[in-house]
Amino acid sequence: MPSTPTRRQPERAMTAKTNATQPFADRLDAAAESLPGGGRPWLDRLRAEARAVYRETGLPGPKVEAWKYTNLNRLRRTGFAADAAPAAKVDTVPVGNALSIAAHQAVLVNGRFRPELSSLPEAGDGVEVMRFADALAREPSLLESRFGRIAPPAGMPLVALNTALATDGLVIRFRKGKTAEMPVHIVSIGAAAGEPVMFQPRLLVIVEEDAGGCILESHIGTGDGIYFSNGVAEIAVERGAMLRHYKLQNEHPSAFHLATAKAELAERAHYESFVLQVGGRLARNEIHAHIGGRRVECRLAGAYLLRGEQHVDNTTFIDHAAPESVSRELYKGVLDGTARGVFQGKILVRRDAQKTDGHQLNKALLLSRGAEIDSKPELEIYADDVKCSHGATAGELDDDALFYLQSRGIDEDTARGLLVDAFVGEAIEQIAHEASRTAFRQVVEGWLAEGRSKNQRDGDSEA
Amino acid sequence: MAATAKTIEQVKSIGGKYKFGFVTDIDLDFAPKGLSEDIVRFISAKKDEPEWLLEWRLKAYGHWLEMPEPKWAKVSFPPIDYQDSFYYAAPKSKDDAPKSLADIDPKLLETYAKLGIPLQEQEILAGVAVDAVFDSVSVATTYKGKLEEKGIIFCSISEAVREHPELVRKYLGSVVPYGDNKHACLNSAVYTDGSFVYIPKGVRCPMELSTYFRINAENTGQFERTLIIADEGSYVSYLEGCTAPMRDENQLHAAVVELIALDDAEIKYSTVQNWYPGDEEGKGGIYNFVTKRGACRGRNSKISWTQVETGSAITWKYPSCILEGDNSVGEFYSVAITNNRQQADTGTKMIHLGKNTRSTIIAKGIAAGRSDSTYRGQVKILPKAEGARNYTQCDSLLIGGDCGAHTVPYIESRNPSARVEHEATTSKIGEDQLFYCRQRGLSDEEAVALIVNGFCREVLQQLPMEFAVEAQKLVGISLEGSVG
Repeated sequence: MPSTPTRRQPERAMTAKTNATQPFADRLDAAAESLPGGGRPWLDRLRAEARAVYRETGLPGPKVEAWKYTNLNRLRRTGFAADAAPAAKVDTVPVGNALSIAAHQAVLVNGRFRPELSSLPEAGDGVEVMRFADALAREPSLLESRFGRIAPPAGMPLVALNTALATDGLVIRFRKGKTAEMPVHIVSIGAAAGEPVMFQPRLLVIVEEDAGGCILESHIGTGDGIYFSNGVAEIAVERGAMLRHYKLQNEHPSAFHLATAKAELAERAHYESFVLQVGGRLARNEIHAHIGGRRVECRLAGAYLLRGEQHVDNTTFIDHAAPESVSRELYKGVLDGTARGVFQGKILVRRDAQKTDGHQLNKALLLSRGAEIDSKPELEIYADDVKCSHGATAGELDDDALFYLQSRGIDEDTARGLLVDAFVGEAIEQIAHEASRTAFRQVVEGWLAEGRSKNQRDGDSEA
Repeated sequence: MAATAKTIEQVKSIGGKYKFGFVTDIDLDFAPKGLSEDIVRFISAKKDEPEWLLEWRLKAYGHWLEMPEPKWAKVSFPPIDYQDSFYYAAPKSKDDAPKSLADIDPKLLETYAKLGIPLQEQEILAGVAVDAVFDSVSVATTYKGKLEEKGIIFCSISEAVREHPELVRKYLGSVVPYGDNKHACLNSAVYTDGSFVYIPKGVRCPMELSTYFRINAENTGQFERTLIIADEGSYVSYLEGCTAPMRDENQLHAAVVELIALDDAEIKYSTVQNWYPGDEEGKGGIYNFVTKRGACRGRNSKISWTQVETGSAITWKYPSCILEGDNSVGEFYSVAITNNRQQADTGTKMIHLGKNTRSTIIAKGIAAGRSDSTYRGQVKILPKAEGARNYTQCDSLLIGGDCGAHTVPYIESRNPSARVEHEATTSKIGEDQLFYCRQRGLSDEEAVALIVNGFCREVLQQLPMEFAVEAQKLVGISLEGSVG
C-alpha cells in the first residue's frame, strides 16, 4: 500500500526511474491545455502535481509490493489512441449488461457524461448529480475542499494519471439530514471500435451530515475494440451519514479496468460497499476506507466470478485512525478456466484506534485446473485494546456436499451450480438494499447459466 | 573413533596454550578487519579447504557484492558496515572476555538464576575465559562415541568437509543456494564453522542432538552453517541454541541451516533463540538474520520446525519447507516474543510441489514495550500438488499501547484439489483473566507469564521436554517490565 503512512514508512512506491517511455506520459502536457476549470490556481496546482507524480512513477511494476500479483505489462504493451473520442457510436444504453434497477441514471460514454441518455434527480429528491464542469462553476468551494484531497495523487500513480487526464466527471451530493429514496445508478460505458481508447471516469460523492443514500455503478462495454477505464472515486461520508455503494464491473472481455475508490468516514458514519467483478481481461478494484471518527461502521463485501483468461484483483485497505469503530469484510471468489484472482486486504489499526473491532474473510473456490488464487490478507496493528482477525481459504467444492446432492437425484452439473450459487450467495447477502441485492443476484445467475451452457457445449462437442 | 580422539587432542593442545600466554597464539588467528576476496581466501586456507569449496565461497562473495539488501521486512536499522567487523575468530577473543562472573552484567546473572542454571554452566554462557570448555567437549565426545556405533555422523562442518567430502559436496547449498539472499550469500562466503549431521538409512537417532555443547567447544559464532541429512527411513531431533541468554557483542549473525529429508525420513528441528536483545532503549543487541530451509526430498518425509524467539534486537528469520516428495509433511511452530525496542519479522514458507503434501503453521507473536512483531509467511501450492493441504493459524497478543503486531500472509494456490486455510487474530490479555489470577495471589508479572504461556501452549508442547520447561520460564522472563 504505497500511500499508507505508517510509523516505519515501509516501502515507498518503488523509485522507478523518471522515464519518458512510461506509457501515457507523452499525453500529459497536451491534455493539460484542454481540461475544464483551467486557470483556477488550486486546480492547476493539483493537476501539475498529478503530472509530476505520474511522470516519476509511471504505471506500477511488479516490484511494487502492492502490485506484486497484478502485472500491468499487457496494458503497457497496448498502444492507445491519442484522443478519447468514442470510436464506437452509442445511441442507447445496451441492455442486459448493466444492473437492472429502478434508479436515477447518469450515463458516461468513454468517461464523458451523456445527458441525453441520462435521467437525473430533480430538486427535492434529496440528492443532486452534477457534471464536473457545472459543479465547478456553481459550487467552486465544494470542489476545492474535496476534489483531489480525499484521493491525493501522491504515491498513487493511477490516481495521478486520472487526475491529470480526466476531462469530465460526476459530482453527487446527498443533502444534509435527508435520505434519498431512489438510488443513483452510474452507467459507465466503454466503447471502442478500431484503435484502443482510454478514459478516466471521475466521481466525487459527498454525503452530508445525517444524510443517507445509495449509489450503484455499472461498468460495461460495447463494440469490439479494446478500451482502458481508469476510474477514481472520492467519497466523503460526513458525521452520522450513511452511504451504500454498490459496483458491478462487467466490462468487455478484452477491456482493462483499473479503479480506485477512497472513502473518508467521519464520526458515526456508515459505509457499505459491495463490488461484483465478472468482466474485463485485466481488472483491479482498489478501495481505501479511512476511518477518521469514532463509532464508524465500515462494511466491505464483494465477489469475483472469473473464467477464461481473466485476471481480476480486489485490493482493499481499511485504515482505523479513530477509536471504537467496526469494520467487516467478506470477499468470495469463483475461478474457472485459467483465470487468476487476486485478493489483498489490509487492516491498519493506528495507535489511537483503541476498541477497534475488525474482521476480514476471503474465500476462493477453484473450479478448474489452471485457475489460480493469490491472497494476501494483512493486519498491521499498533493499538492493544482491539479485536482483529482475518481468514482466507482456497479450495474446491466440498465432495461430501456434492455427493449428498447427487444421492438425492440431482445431476452433477446442477449440484455444482447450486453449491457455487450458495457459496457466492453469502457475499450477496451482505447487500442491505433489497432491490440492489436482487439486481446483483440476477448477474450472478446469468454468470452461472453461461457456465452451464458452456459445459453443455463442451460436453456435446466431446460426445 | 579417530575423530573423537582428534577432537580431544585438539582441545588439549589449545588448553595447553591457554596456560602459556594464549593471547599471542590467538592473535595469529585473527583475520584483519573487513571483508574482501582475500579474507574469503584466508578463511578457506585456514580451514585447509579443498579447491571446490573455495571456488564456491568466492562465487558467493561475488554475488554478495552485487546483491541488494532485502528491504521487504518490517524492521528498521541503520545500514550495516560490513567492513567494520572481523570475519575470522576475532569477535570472541579471550582477552576481551570477562575474567570472572563478577565482571558480568548482574541482570544477566539474575536471569541465569531464574532459569536455574548451574554456576559452571553460567560461566560458559557468559563467556568467562576458563578451561571449562574442556568439560563440555568431553561430554559432547562421549555422545559422539555412542552415535558412531549407529553410523551417525555428528561433527563440525569443517571436519565433515575433510572426512566426508562427498556428502558435503552433494548437499551443501542444495537447499539454500549461495545466491539465495544477501545474508545467505555472506554466510556462504565467510562461514567459519557449524554442525553437520548425517543419519544413515533406517536409523533412529537415540538422543536429541544439540549445538549447545558443540558451539561452546569450538567457538563458532557469527556465521554458522548447519547441514542435516536424514537418509531413507531415519529420524533425528535436533536442538539449536539454549534457553539462557548468550553474552555476545557481535552485531550481525547470519546463519544458514539446510535440512534434507529423504524417503520416509523425519527431521525435527527446535530452536530457542535468546541472544542479547539490547537494552531498554534499544542500544546494542544482535541482528539475527538467518536463512533456514528444509527440503522434503523423499516420499512420506517430514520436516518440523519449532522455534521460540525471545532474544536479538532484530530477528529476520523464515524457516521454510520445500515439500517435493509425495505425501511429505512440513510443520512450523513458532513463538516470537518482543519487548522494549526489539523487532521481529519472522514466519515461514511452505512450498507444496508433491502430491498430498501437507503443512501446518502455528505462529504466536507477543509484543510488549515499544517492540514490533511481524508474522510473514507464504503458502504456495503449485499445479502438481494434487490434494495438498495447509492450515495456518497466527495469533498475536499485544501488551501495552506502544507496541505493534502485524500479520502478512501470502497465500497462492494453483491447484483446485488443494485446500488452504488461514486464520489470524490479534487481541490483548483480558482484564478479567488478569483479575482472576491476581485474585488468587499471583503478582502482575506472574499472571502475565501464566497467561502468555497458555497462549503459546500449542507451540511450547512441541519442544522436547527438558527444553519446554526452560522455555516456559523464559517466556515469563522476556516479558519482565512489560506490565505494571
